[in-house]
Amino acid sequence: MSRVWRHLRDMARLMVGQPPYEAYLDHMARRHPEAAPMSRTEYFRNRERARYSGSGGGKCC
Amino acid sequence: MKHIPWILLAIIGASALAVVATARGEPINALWIVVAAVSTFLVAYRYYALYIARHVMRLDPMRATPALYRADGLDYVATDRRVLFGHHFAAIAGAGPLVGPVLAAQMGYLPGTLWIIAGVVLAGAVQDFMVLFISMRRDGKSLGELVRMEMGPVAGTIALAGAFMIMVIILAVLALIVVRALAESPWGMFTVAATIPLALAMGAYTRWIRPGRIGEVSLFGFVGLILAIVFGQNIAASPFWGPLFTFTPQQLCWILIGYGAVASVLPVWLLLAPRDYLSTFLKIGAIAALAIGIVVMAPPLRMPPLTQFIGGGGPVWSGGLFPFLFITIACGSVSGFHALIASGTTPKLIASEMDAPLIGYGAMLMEAFVAIMALVGASILDPGIYFAMNSPAAVLGADPASAAHAVTAMGFAISPDVLVQTARDVGEHTIVSRTGGAPTLAVAMAEIFSHVVGGAAMKAFWYHFAILFEALFILTAVDAGTRAGRFMLQDLIGLAVPSFRAGTSLLPGIVATALCVLSWGFFLYQGVTDPLGGVNTLWPVFGISNQMLAAIALMLATVVLFRMKRQRAAWVTVVPTLWLLICTLSAGALKLASSDPAIGFLAHAARFAAAAEKGELLAPAKSMEQMRAIIFNDRVDAILCALFLAVVLSLLLFTIRTCIAAYRDPRPSANETPAHAVAAE
Repeated sequence: MSRVWRHLRDMARLMVGQPPYEAYLDHMARRHPEAAPMSRTEYFRNRERARYSGSGGGKCC
Repeated sequence: MKHIPWILLAIIGASALAVVATARGEPINALWIVVAAVSTFLVAYRYYALYIARHVMRLDPMRATPALYRADGLDYVATDRRVLFGHHFAAIAGAGPLVGPVLAAQMGYLPGTLWIIAGVVLAGAVQDFMVLFISMRRDGKSLGELVRMEMGPVAGTIALAGAFMIMVIILAVLALIVVRALAESPWGMFTVAATIPLALAMGAYTRWIRPGRIGEVSLFGFVGLILAIVFGQNIAASPFWGPLFTFTPQQLCWILIGYGAVASVLPVWLLLAPRDYLSTFLKIGAIAALAIGIVVMAPPLRMPPLTQFIGGGGPVWSGGLFPFLFITIACGSVSGFHALIASGTTPKLIASEMDAPLIGYGAMLMEAFVAIMALVGASILDPGIYFAMNSPAAVLGADPASAAHAVTAMGFAISPDVLVQTARDVGEHTIVSRTGGAPTLAVAMAEIFSHVVGGAAMKAFWYHFAILFEALFILTAVDAGTRAGRFMLQDLIGLAVPSFRAGTSLLPGIVATALCVLSWGFFLYQGVTDPLGGVNTLWPVFGISNQMLAAIALMLATVVLFRMKRQRAAWVTVVPTLWLLICTLSAGALKLASSDPAIGFLAHAARFAAAAEKGELLAPAKSMEQMRAIIFNDRVDAILCALFLAVVLSLLLFTIRTCIAAYRDPRPSANETPAHAVAAE
């Protein structure tokens, strides 16, 4: 049940351009353990900017 | 043995389709269409998508996707396929599949149903799937870059310019739909206007109070939206506030242009992002509710399967079934715009090549299902109401009596009282000539939702809920599209003037934004002042451009298959390409050169120019200045059509040339990123 809930939450967040922060932390821990990862809020802002500035924007049909 | 359930499903689908296709006289139930569509889609997904995956693309589960070999936790993230399906569907589903089928219902429900079902299976879903595959094998590059890589820099630039023109037309036609839905409707206008302060409050909340809490801020916004709809009724009834929120189409046009200019330069977190949350979740929710509503209500189809307008002469849009039906329903059957999405964020998120059929082919089937629901919605209405809402004022006259008379004369008997009562039920002053598709769909959704929840007393609420849902995501698209168009334009001008590229300084961005807004604003203004309601003129131009982009995407797919030395499988993309080329080239040529002034832009311009020469005024122009404006608009539209034709024909030449070269080359020449193996964990 909690897995279904997590999937639905991830789906809703990805629909508005926010990948899961946990996956990002996981990636940073494995591939770049020396670098300090962005905080949750920084990550949110980073993805927000990425979604709406540039080619990611247009959707109509 | 494993095929038996699928054979049964295919038989069920074929029988339902037979019922839909042969029904005459007695109205049939809408569920027949739903069953026919769903079973066809499932069978097509099980067999055709699998065939393409195995034999055309040869997807490889051991080949790493960009999300794996370029993983960065930001743009490239391996994502669960169900989660990604939702993301991709939300990105492709918009106003297009809702409006096109409603307009197409003027020919009856049958032609639209058949085109949506056949078109998506053989063309639309194939296009999305192929572009996703091509982009996925090339680091998730965008359509323009893919065309450049496989067909050369000139072809890439032409495709980019074509995509920008299409963007402009899409924005204009979407904005026009909002204008038509909100004009003279204080209730609707108030609820849509209320979303701006609401979104600003949400933006402040996610910025300073609880950053990143999308769920709670969306819930807060949703409650605000419902309150805005409820209070909208009092606002509309108030002698003071009502007139303040009542606008003519021209006023709304200027408001929208101003809105587009301001909104697209504000910081994204302030207005665009929070409104995007509302519109995305509302869209998904409303689509799900519509599906449930149709199944629960199981309404009969009151529109006949075919009307007398299949030969042309219909009031909603001009021209006959071929080729104009196939460009009127663009999104829902096949939409070139999806090629931009399928080469956007999605290919960077896909975790395994084996997920591509579900995302590429499956999500497009889902979109076609949305189109089917919109068609059902328009077809459950009394045809008299449908034609009274969708015919231009020039045909109907101004009041219910003249409209009822005109529609009855078309052969769809309706009394003025019914028109007045329907308007009162949904809380509007009038429903006569509310063109653009959105109000019609809103009446249908009010019919369906109020049947399930609330009864007749809730109809006005549901109508404005539906209008709000459509207007909200159209406005989000206008805002996001203006930004995207601005970057496209900066890229294009940057080819000639490198300092114009994004990121160098502030001025080019402002200039490009202004150019973008002016471009769609021009077509919007033209549509708003068009005596035939604008949709009549602009929707076909939009349809032609969108289908041409689809043809370009499918031509790219054909080139890639030839360069992979899989030309024997290329019929999968060649067949839909040819069909789209036939439809769009003939529709474009007719729009350009038909001698019928109702269809051909140049013929229309010539008729007005001849009258102007003699000093005569032709309705609806009331002055010589208006005559000149009509002639000018016609010529601009004709030039635009000619440009679209030139874009698609030149890319056709590039395609043929590249395919021949690839065919002669004994080795594969496709520019795929070299394969990385999936790492063993």
